[in-house]
Amino acid sequence: MISIRSISKSFGSGSSATVALDNVSLEVATGEMYGVVGQSGAGKSTLIRSVNLLERPDAGTIRVAGRELTSMSANELRVARQGIGMIFQHFNLLSSRTVQGNVELALEVIGVDSRDRRARAAEILELVGLSAKSAAYPAQLSGGQKQRVGIARALAARPTVLLSDEATSALDPETTRSILQLLTDINRELGLTVLLITHEMDVVKSVCHSAALLEAGRIVEQGKLVELISTPGSRLARDLFPLGAYQHRPGTTALDITFSGGNADRPVIAQLARDHAIDVSILGAAIETISGNQAGRTRLELPGDLATNSAAIDDLRSQGLLVEILGASA
Amino acid sequence: MIDTSSPTFWPDLFKVLLDGTGQTLYMVFFALVFTIIIGLPLGILLVGTERGGLFERPFGSRTAGRIINRVLDFVVNLGRSIPFIILMIAIIPFTRLVVGTFIGSTAAIVPLSIVAIPFFARMVEISVKEVDAGLTEAAHSLGASRWQIVRKVLIPEALPGMLLGLATTVTSIINFSAMVGTVAGGGLGDVAVRYGYQRYSTIHMVGVIIIIFIIVMILQGIATHFARRFARTSVTRGTVRAEASPAASARDAAAERPTA
Repeated sequence: MISIRSISKSFGSGSSATVALDNVSLEVATGEMYGVVGQSGAGKSTLIRSVNLLERPDAGTIRVAGRELTSMSANELRVARQGIGMIFQHFNLLSSRTVQGNVELALEVIGVDSRDRRARAAEILELVGLSAKSAAYPAQLSGGQKQRVGIARALAARPTVLLSDEATSALDPETTRSILQLLTDINRELGLTVLLITHEMDVVKSVCHSAALLEAGRIVEQGKLVELISTPGSRLARDLFPLGAYQHRPGTTALDITFSGGNADRPVIAQLARDHAIDVSILGAAIETISGNQAGRTRLELPGDLATNSAAIDDLRSQGLLVEILGASA
Repeated sequence: MIDTSSPTFWPDLFKVLLDGTGQTLYMVFFALVFTIIIGLPLGILLVGTERGGLFERPFGSRTAGRIINRVLDFVVNLGRSIPFIILMIAIIPFTRLVVGTFIGSTAAIVPLSIVAIPFFARMVEISVKEVDAGLTEAAHSLGASRWQIVRKVLIPEALPGMLLGLATTVTSIINFSAMVGTVAGGGLGDVAVRYGYQRYSTIHMVGVIIIIFIIVMILQGIATHFARRFARTSVTRGTVRAEASPAASARDAAAERPTA
């Protein structure tokens, strides 16, 4: 649905130029929720603003719903943008208009007459759960309510794609959860394709099917979450299950074992103790529901060096578990 | 000297002040209409043709935008820097061309408009600049055209600030309309000069001052009232000034101009 092909963008010129995006490519499938994570300054914002050409990339192409935006005239682009909703970190609501008026703006722009505007705005405000506030002004709303208005406005013209530019970053954790739940519902009920950027891994973990990690303007890793978690050395997977820093102790071997799908409920530790007579210590564990599947990661410490434990490790691997050796005494 | 004991003194005074007020309001009203019609788009264009503005590339050319911006900025500065009394005399040929004469209240509307347009354009510029760029961006993301953004986003959002700017503009138009009186433009300024100054009538002078004060107070009150009503930035009242404080201080700075 969204196809970003090798786009680059730099700001400034000459020696003071900073590269915001460096040959970035990304594919978002129809109906998918795709998250781009990265730290501040990684180029996330530039990336998402490139999708509807609020920021025009220096090179590369953008296609949304099969149409190439980068080669459109200003007028064609305007029409194409009507099919791409966008929500913002700071909501960007008109303070001079009521909630209803803000939602209707999206419809006025595309020339819907006033009766249909009112009906559609009421319908979409119902969907985001803000019917009771339709006559209120943005200044009278909480952050979460403002973002609901933002979402309603973005969806009013029935777009096929929704772009979310740090939509929950200005909200408290509980409000963030409710907004993410709303986005998930919308994605499911309307079949909307969602591309979101965030600096919070939690957001990706709770709603996204796929993710990309952006660093200094480059995508260093991307893929479906279910695949990423079984990819050895995946940094996204590591961030999905934060187990903290590892400190090696002499005479031990430490392992990170990732469970997903069918093998999530195996009694691994009991098995190690029984079959290999190893006294296993658990250093840490995290269990998450990712794309509807249980997945988890456990950090174990086994006494002895790598050679002593190799039989046990091979056994674990033969069961389809992803085993990464964090550190071992030689 | 005027004979204050004459039986016709009070009716005459009343009539002179009433006529003067009528002429002043007539001049101020029409000057204001032209000021809004021309100053509003001028102010929006001043912001729009700036770097990153809505009309950054008129006719697809950034150079054209830059040139338009420079020219407008120059014209506005020029208009604002010439003392009114000089401007009024200097544009007499133009006034005569437009109105047919340079004497009387109708003719006075021309210099009054010309002095107020750049003034108001700056006020509009300041208010429009205060509108969060995120709003323009959101409108772009909805697929709005530039005209739609001006009409539905920039003007409504800048309205409270523009109304306060308008109040300052009206005050200075009234101010200048009094000066027009010195060159036979009519109005309260004319009354002050002919009766108050040339015929030493203190009561005419006091009458003129009171009436002008009342007019300014009423207009300022109306503008502030509507600015508050349209400012939805806060639920509590009386925050317009506080919310728009950079604009307010810039507005105060802009209000200081040579008046003679």
